[in-house]
Amino acid sequence: MTDITPFLKELLTAPGLSGYEDLAAEIISAKWKPLVHAISRGRLGSLHGLRRGTGRSPRPSVMVATHMDAIGLMVTGIVDGFLRFTEVGGVDPRVLPGTLVTVYATGAGGHRPIPGVVVQPPVQLLPPEIGPNPVPLEYLFLDTGLPPSNVADLIRVGDVVSYAQPPLELSGETIAGHTLDNRASVAALTVCLEELQSRPHVWDVWAVATTQEEIGMIGAIGSTFELHPTIAIAVDVTFAKGPGSSDWQTSSLGKGPTLCMGPNIHPALYKAMRDLADRLEIPYGLEYVPRHTGTDAFATQVVAEGVPSLVLGIPLRYMHTPVEVVAIKDIQRAGRLMAEFIAGLTPDFIEKIFWDD
Amino acid sequence: MQTIGNAQIKLLEKLCNACAVSGDEAEVRKIVLEELKGHAGDIRVDALGNVLVTRSGSGKKRLKVMVSAHMDEVGFMLVADDGEGLFRFETVGGMDVRQLPGKAVLIGKDHLHGVIGARPIHLTTEEELKQKIPLDALRIDIGPGGGKVKLGDRATFATRFQRNGPVLIAKAFDDRLAVVILLELVKNPPDNIDLLAAFTVQEEIGLRGAKVAAYSLNPDLAVVVDATPANDLPGWDGEENASFNTKLGLGPAIYIADSGTISDPRLVRHLNVTAQTEGIPIQFRQPGAGGTDAGAIHKSRAGVPSIAVSVPHRGSHTAASIARLDDWKNTFALIHAALMRLTPELLASARG
Repeated sequence: MTDITPFLKELLTAPGLSGYEDLAAEIISAKWKPLVHAISRGRLGSLHGLRRGTGRSPRPSVMVATHMDAIGLMVTGIVDGFLRFTEVGGVDPRVLPGTLVTVYATGAGGHRPIPGVVVQPPVQLLPPEIGPNPVPLEYLFLDTGLPPSNVADLIRVGDVVSYAQPPLELSGETIAGHTLDNRASVAALTVCLEELQSRPHVWDVWAVATTQEEIGMIGAIGSTFELHPTIAIAVDVTFAKGPGSSDWQTSSLGKGPTLCMGPNIHPALYKAMRDLADRLEIPYGLEYVPRHTGTDAFATQVVAEGVPSLVLGIPLRYMHTPVEVVAIKDIQRAGRLMAEFIAGLTPDFIEKIFWDD
Repeated sequence: MQTIGNAQIKLLEKLCNACAVSGDEAEVRKIVLEELKGHAGDIRVDALGNVLVTRSGSGKKRLKVMVSAHMDEVGFMLVADDGEGLFRFETVGGMDVRQLPGKAVLIGKDHLHGVIGARPIHLTTEEELKQKIPLDALRIDIGPGGGKVKLGDRATFATRFQRNGPVLIAKAFDDRLAVVILLELVKNPPDNIDLLAAFTVQEEIGLRGAKVAAYSLNPDLAVVVDATPANDLPGWDGEENASFNTKLGLGPAIYIADSGTISDPRLVRHLNVTAQTEGIPIQFRQPGAGGTDAGAIHKSRAGVPSIAVSVPHRGSHTAASIARLDDWKNTFALIHAALMRLTPELLASARG
């Protein structure tokens, strides 16, 4: 198995806020090109890589959806050279003060990235009731340090802002950075595609890096309709146990990917994947999700006439902060498990999926 | 005239990226001592770890002028091991706990990586969002593999220095901007004075290094170089911000009074006249809270007429501060010119 870390680190340096995924898509496309037979962008920007299967046409197909979009911030106003902003995707404002960001400026002064910092104004410049409490997002500023005239020339309302925390390798083969949600899963799908180079598979495989997941799984809706897969697998990060997070929704970091069960998941697919993981002795965790999985699978499942869907999770600490943490091993295991699953799909697999009522 | 150029910016980068939490200033001290190599003068490291340099001038009737810059920065100490790479920590120096979640840190001499995370927003209730995350709920996470980290190790924010044209972004501008200025003064000393340079320790936890440095150096007067907050943001309600402390871009900030020191009025006047004569922009720091090493130095022995000059910067004592290249350049220019113009008559003049 090749080391996926360098690719992942490269991907973590790319922005790609929901709706603005091009720079991430370029990096993924370059990596996938030699691993797939055809590659294109969907109408909502998702990247579609096709590996043709060895079965007779028309072949069934499996779509693997990993979203490539990132949460972040967006400029809403400029006051004396300081930027007001809103969130794109879910952001806890309490992690923002002192956070390094990049503003992707598109003003009259040309298109370019500008480094900046989220600043928490001193207490005397805030409503008195805030005092020592967390400062709500609406009162935080984004500061580029540039004189107001430069800012007015360079930046405009609507410019997108990414976290700029560079990826850091931690001990125990873990990595910290922003946007590991969900570039970790893009890396897992890449591991899967690499594995499939030497594994014949009957089914067509659609490797999809979806857009706009963070604001409502938008890219996955369009891609599922366009590609019309027989089954769909969404790979997304899930809550890992860690400081401040140890309740039932959390899984162990580094102890394997998770398999979700619940209304969003077709029980037969869940059983097939779980049996396979047991057979291969790939460690995994189980997640019980009573409603929305918060993944692209919630979209894929109900596109057109409906698509049997499955969710694989990669445990991640500190989700939606600039310092998310994942274990590289979990990425590799998720990739390998998917490759084995795909290689094991028989021509009549779908006929064997039934409701065991 | 000597000025701040690319070599000094490179040195600033090296110093800001170094980790030197109060009480553990070794990494910055090492860089300072290296930089001082080959420059004339008496160099020693005292009992607390201050680097003290004496460079004598050659004129007659020279003033002994202490110029100080502190080497230490705010940061963290690991104080308890929770296992699996998770450590409790305490803050060292004045820090707002609201600035800590979501930041990357470097630990110990080897700069091992760690992060201070936060509970995912998805699992956080509306009520929780209104509360700050207390220090005892935060951990430094170095990853489950463990590593060469031990209790007592210091940690700092992991922010790396960067420059965007006129803008500098880094951690620890307080007080590395001044350390570079002081190094440049030692390398290009004014001949009319005896320059007593003090690279001090433990400023952030109570001006402790400066206290003993001033005693040892026994100066006639002192100039403290520091970095001070520019709270020049707009107010939330659109009212004029009348408590900005200093403003970015207006030049070096001269102290008239802070919570620890009334600057010697003769020195205030001297700096002001120097700035007018040399055409260097200056601002007066709004009198008020905060303090510098001058707070300890001016009470040394029989007393030392003292003043502080700071480079304004935003985001002081946080993961990422912002300063302007020109403010830094002008701070060096002002201090250098002011020292060149110093004569013993100054101390004989009226205080006002």
